[in-house]
Amino acid sequence: MRAATGEPRPVRAALILGALAWLALVILLPLGAVFVEALRGGWAAYRAAVFEPDALSAIKLTLLVAAIAVPFNTVFGVAAAWTIAKHDFRGKDFLVSLIDLPFSISPVVSGLIYILVFGMQGWFGPWLREHDIEIIFAVPGIVLATVFVTFPFVARELIPLMTAQGRDEEEAALTLGAGGWQTFSRVTLPNIRWGLLYGVLLTNARAMGEFGAVSVVSGHIRGETNTMPLHVEVLYNEYNFVAAFAVASLLAGLALVTLAIKSFLEWRHRDALAAAGH
Amino acid sequence: MPGFGLTMGMTLLWLGIIVLIPLSALFIRSVGLGPGHFVEVAFSRRAMNAYRLSFGAAMAAAAINAVFGLLIAWVLVRYDFVGKRLMSAVVDLPFALPTAVAGIALTAIYADTGWVGGPLAQFGIKVAYTPLGVVLALVFIGLPFVVRTVEPVLADLGKGIEEAAATLGAGRLRIFLSVILPEIAPALLTGFALAFARGVGEYGSVIFIAGNVPFVSEISPLLIITQLEQYDYAGATAIATVMLLASFLILLVINLIQGRERRRLGGI
Repeated sequence: MRAATGEPRPVRAALILGALAWLALVILLPLGAVFVEALRGGWAAYRAAVFEPDALSAIKLTLLVAAIAVPFNTVFGVAAAWTIAKHDFRGKDFLVSLIDLPFSISPVVSGLIYILVFGMQGWFGPWLREHDIEIIFAVPGIVLATVFVTFPFVARELIPLMTAQGRDEEEAALTLGAGGWQTFSRVTLPNIRWGLLYGVLLTNARAMGEFGAVSVVSGHIRGETNTMPLHVEVLYNEYNFVAAFAVASLLAGLALVTLAIKSFLEWRHRDALAAAGH
Repeated sequence: MPGFGLTMGMTLLWLGIIVLIPLSALFIRSVGLGPGHFVEVAFSRRAMNAYRLSFGAAMAAAAINAVFGLLIAWVLVRYDFVGKRLMSAVVDLPFALPTAVAGIALTAIYADTGWVGGPLAQFGIKVAYTPLGVVLALVFIGLPFVVRTVEPVLADLGKGIEEAAATLGAGRLRIFLSVILPEIAPALLTGFALAFARGVGEYGSVIFIAGNVPFVSEISPLLIITQLEQYDYAGATAIATVMLLASFLILLVINLIQGRERRRLGGI
């Protein structure tokens, strides 16, 4: 006899199969296609596409941009979470909404706003030109746009976690004579490390994969201002599909590694992450 | 607690430099256009067609995702089966996969020569390079929003009322429709709104599969880029402002739903 609140076996099987079929069609098929298309020309063509100079410079630029944007947003996220979770002040909800803002803005608009500030027609355009400083259509613009789109990830991961953990442990440490920095590094940091790692991981994945915002500010200069996703677009538009999918497969690999670590963290440190709602 | 001044200062400084000042540039530019010129470029016939496609396709995709997202969340929460953890990880792939990669992969599959596009073409159904392709890309992008919003609410739902309803003789379908669905409706609506918001502004996964024909398969973000490339800053700014205001509106709706839900549950 089945429980009163369960479905009959055939219904249950049909629902599970339906869910699996949909995921296979919508998500797994495209993922598989990336690797199949990348290897369509064989290993030699794959290697040639990945080790070609423009591809290598795109990989280098992507790593460089992530190496700046991720630490920047990590420090910001921790500072913002400390302010919001460990203190009381008016307008807290509003501040959280402002931090979340970049999530709800179209990537193209995110790029455009930097053009309006730093571009030739922008606020600081003429001044920057006089002083020979390049931001738009150069690496600094790409970094800025990337920082913008990944701005909320770490903060959003840490705020609920640190709020749920409360302030008791920190207050105890302070009472015992620990300084502020000592309290943070010895008490708070160990408590939030898995949530922090999780946030950094998401920031990194998005930073390396961002397309729309970076596309607006990059100028698409081959070998100079093309990140990996932009390089994929250039190759694809030149009908060089094998090379496009080869570079794309590296990004897909990054996504898979990110998901694997994320799943591992959720499984191994479920309790430490639970407060963040995962 | 120490460090308030320092961390608050850092938060406000970076928020100002990275987010608020650049965003204000957009609004100030828009105001500078003057109301007449703004309306003219923001609501030109080409722009209106682009909005219709962006908002319409995002709406359709969010609706499809609400149905299948609920199905997947239900299966993940209620049933045990082999490969469940893997299935849960797969749901997050659209969050982690760069949009351009998703875009070219979907195009390869749904083009006339692709794995799925080929058979569909035999029946006269074209997906790639049509508005249908836009919907497909947005279905891919939006799915995790619905699953991840509905899942925790469904998991927290006590079985008490369901058992009571069953005792009173209600069938399974009736219980789902009149007991479970009302309980998870706010979460489902929030997931729908999040997927919709993401879809409206999405660019990377869409442009490869959309065909990008002005008036037909051109999304608003692409129109902004096209106008920038033609140095039409007024047009780009005006359309971007309309889209930004639309996303603020959606955000407001989401906050209202969640605020109401918190009050209903007695405030946490």
